[in-house]
Amino acid sequence: MNDMFKKQEFSDKQKKVKKLKTQMKSLWVFNWFNSCGFIELIPLVGSRWDMERFGMILTSTPRHADVLFITGYQTIKSIKRAKRIYEQMPEPRIVIALGSCSMTGGMYWDSYNTIKKLDNYIPVDLYIPGCPPRPEAIFEGVQKMMEYIKNNKKMVSKS
Amino acid sequence: MVEILWFKILLIPIVAIFGVCLGLFYKGIDRILVARMQSRMGPPITQPYRDFKKLMVKDNIIPVNSVKWLFNLMPIIALSTTLIILLYIPLGGVGPILGGHGDLILVLYLLIFPALASILGGFSSGSPYAIIGAQREMIVLMSYEFPLAVISISIAWLISSLNPGLNAFSFSVIGNNVIWGLVGPMGFVGLILLFLTLLFIVQGELGRAPFDVSEADTEIAGGVLAEYSGRNLALFYLANVTKMVVIGSLIIALFLPWNISNFLNLTGVLAYTSDLLFFLIKLFFVIFIGSTLIKAAAARFKIDQVVSVYWIYAVLISLFGLFLVSFDVIL
Repeated sequence: MNDMFKKQEFSDKQKKVKKLKTQMKSLWVFNWFNSCGFIELIPLVGSRWDMERFGMILTSTPRHADVLFITGYQTIKSIKRAKRIYEQMPEPRIVIALGSCSMTGGMYWDSYNTIKKLDNYIPVDLYIPGCPPRPEAIFEGVQKMMEYIKNNKKMVSKS
Repeated sequence: MVEILWFKILLIPIVAIFGVCLGLFYKGIDRILVARMQSRMGPPITQPYRDFKKLMVKDNIIPVNSVKWLFNLMPIIALSTTLIILLYIPLGGVGPILGGHGDLILVLYLLIFPALASILGGFSSGSPYAIIGAQREMIVLMSYEFPLAVISISIAWLISSLNPGLNAFSFSVIGNNVIWGLVGPMGFVGLILLFLTLLFIVQGELGRAPFDVSEADTEIAGGVLAEYSGRNLALFYLANVTKMVVIGSLIIALFLPWNISNFLNLTGVLAYTSDLLFFLIKLFFVIFIGSTLIKAAAARFKIDQVVSVYWIYAVLISLFGLFLVSFDVIL
């Protein structure tokens, strides 16, 4: 029984990795922004750091999105909306947190209403540090995620 | 007779797959060209195929508030009606597959269906954004229908008044009597006006900038497609890219129905291949001028501007074109 359950889990994981691998080739991005992190995201769409050449485009509704970019600090009020957006996204979904604020609270670390660590509220897959991060850092982060998924597939097939 | 019918039935899936692949291919070219016009690199040409593949493996969410059977049915209707139109329009050197069973009037009616499917899908999804988008889509649909009708009727009237007794709405008759050769200089100007108006309708028909009020990303969050995800969204995506091919080939069938094999005196397989290649080139130019160039150059109209542009300017220009053509023929 236990063995069967394990097998089921294994095949589920394999399926998810396969889906993620397909998804990484065309990432549709939804932004949830509170602060300066978004200002650094705007050049990503423009002609200098054109993100469409990697198949990434901005969507306007979380139902179409594959990636949720959470930029900057979250307050106790805005984290509810972020959770709501996360729940509206279809599987498989990826959450990327941008900026130091999302990791430690950043320069608002001693404020009474900021979220200090985003991981306690939403399952974050990737943190990109910086105050705010450069556009190159975002590409590097996405590239690392692609490599991770590739290696993960090898891991799954070996075990 | 029966064998011809079987042959046609066998051809239908081939044409459908060909139309979808062609649409995705032109979408890739279109995205690259728009990116280059904005001095960006642009995605690889296979990007629409990747998008489609990704949407097919994603979760298909059906909202709790939606009318479920309508919500799931409408993407299928949108894609299937778009593919049905392809069977009635001549593609390349060959005539329409179901040519004897339907003509221009049927195509004009069928062109409403994909838009109607997205309107019903938007209403059934139960999201306020989608409902606003559906209402806007309805307004755009009502706006461009009238100039489209004026253009097709003026072509049919021109052919039927010079060749009484022919079925002027049939695509084979329109293909045999090239309208540019039937008129004098004044009618020529009128036909150019009609042609430009038809090119201007393409964007409204496809729901792209400057007429993308129904899918306005920044105002109403994707509009009619706001609640769609996964497989349903993929079907709408396919329907939209195939519609590009459909409208392009409709314009080619009405205004540019020349075949290159007549000029080069080719026969057999070579003639069909050269006609197909020539058709693809014509399709590229029609889509480039009618859709890509305008999309890259223009910003979004407001909804009242869309209505006034179509109902006042497009109707006036097309009626003036009809007047010139009829004046030329009567004289």
